[in-house]
Amino acid sequence: MTVSALQRAEARLARRMLAPALGVITLVALVPIAATMWEALHQHDLRLPWLGRPFVGLANFTEAFGDPRFGEAVLHVVLFALISVPLELALGLALALLMHRVGCGRDPVRVLALLPWAVPTVVAALVWRFMFDAQAGVVNLVAGAGGYDWFVDPLVAWIPILVADVWKTTPFVAILLFAGLQAIDPALEDAARIDGAGPWCRLVTITWPLLKPALLVAAAFRALDALRLFDLPYVLTAGGPGTATEPLSLYAYTALMQRLRFGYGSALSVLVFVLAFGVALLFVRALSRSIAGEQA
Amino acid sequence: MNGRAWTAAGIGLLALFAFPLYWALASSLTPEALLFEAPSLLPRQVTSEHYRALFADRAFLVPVRNSLVVAGLTTLVAVPVAALAAYALARLHLRGKTPLMALVLAVSMFPQISIVPPLYLILRELRLLDTYPGLVLPYLTFSTPLAIWLLTGFFRQLPRDLEDAAMLDGTSRLRALRDIVLPMAAPGLASTAILTFLFCWNEFLFALSFALGPDRYTVPVAIALFRGRYVVPWGEVLAATVVATVPVALVVLAFQRRIVSGLTAGAMKG
Repeated sequence: MTVSALQRAEARLARRMLAPALGVITLVALVPIAATMWEALHQHDLRLPWLGRPFVGLANFTEAFGDPRFGEAVLHVVLFALISVPLELALGLALALLMHRVGCGRDPVRVLALLPWAVPTVVAALVWRFMFDAQAGVVNLVAGAGGYDWFVDPLVAWIPILVADVWKTTPFVAILLFAGLQAIDPALEDAARIDGAGPWCRLVTITWPLLKPALLVAAAFRALDALRLFDLPYVLTAGGPGTATEPLSLYAYTALMQRLRFGYGSALSVLVFVLAFGVALLFVRALSRSIAGEQA
Repeated sequence: MNGRAWTAAGIGLLALFAFPLYWALASSLTPEALLFEAPSLLPRQVTSEHYRALFADRAFLVPVRNSLVVAGLTTLVAVPVAALAAYALARLHLRGKTPLMALVLAVSMFPQISIVPPLYLILRELRLLDTYPGLVLPYLTFSTPLAIWLLTGFFRQLPRDLEDAAMLDGTSRLRALRDIVLPMAAPGLASTAILTFLFCWNEFLFALSFALGPDRYTVPVAIALFRGRYVVPWGEVLAATVVATVPVALVVLAFQRRIVSGLTAGAMKG
């Protein structure tokens, strides 16, 4: 056989090996996302089946943009991402530097760091709800604020959500960044030290630029998770008081599963997707620029 | 700071992160009456009453069984399908591999809510709402791309020489995959299966949307919808969170190294 015939045979085999996975992804992810977009162009109320499913064009989207509850839900996730992600990156970086410094990778440390990340989010939410409980909560005990109810003020109610999210995801960020740190050649640090660079100078000139791609990857994962925030507020606050802690995914879920407005709920779901997609593109651009900058 | 101060700071931080889970465990063993009076770091009185009530009165074994079945079945389907694809992506010449990898990553980052509406309508049409397949199918949306992404990372790390040598000796690509690559990749396959299982065990939104009654609730849904008549039955709720955490903790204890290498192999390839 000639080389090109061999290559053609290999490509044929590759396509056959990829086929089942691509079939599954098409069937359970790509077709449904297209179907959500199509559904969003219809009026479809499962409570009023006799109305059928008339095509209404962009009416659901017009309604969403005029719906103050939608605007607030968008604001909630965007602000939540802007506050939680930097916090988690900073704490995660501190934790990673610490693990690196202590010569870590030691087993008990890794187990402790992995546990919060690995428990179900619902479990994290309930444990923190217990800790923030007005009567039995250990938070009030430590803060000396006996009986304070954390879940009645529209702004304060975000604190337990934020704390639970930081607790659950910082170890994950730390593990990603720790791996990034370990990949940095220690000879670079040694050379800088010999040249008289202090610890802060080494952090800024060596660790930071080399760690930047890992930081961007961690930031992208965290930001996309923050934008689809659902489990924590569902359990901790049910979106309340009122709708003060309602994220976009929860509003879409309520429109779909409680009010059974499938057309409108689908439009909201499409908008969650568009928001996440836009942010993902921003990160891809930033990441490719940072990698290109490194090679230049 | 000297080494000892660093170590102390590290231990303090880790203790802070470990505390909530310890507190849930300790409180789940404390009699309900004592939970609300003067909590103490070590429970003064230990009871297994909450666990008895959880399994006897609330039939918590049902959601545990549901979660095990759904997470297990999803893993059994997703990992073999993903292994074939990942091998092709890691080793074979094919144009358009980079956009394919990007697609896989993009699908694994889909906000789940964005496919809930059509999945609900389709599952309803197929009479699969409130069934095991009705959860396994939606779970494949995130588990298949996740497994492909992790396994591609693992396959790329394996040395090529052995399979190349075998193929020079006339072994076919598929036989080399079965006899040489798969045994070498066993640790990678194991950690991928573990991570896939964990993600399914923890999943909430799909289970909340597609499991309609207590008979099909998974563990997270059962816990989230746990309500007392007037007040939150904290003792039982915390016992349930401990039960939900036990398999996770066992997996982390047994496979921590592989989990970390899986996470970093997957994430750093980006």
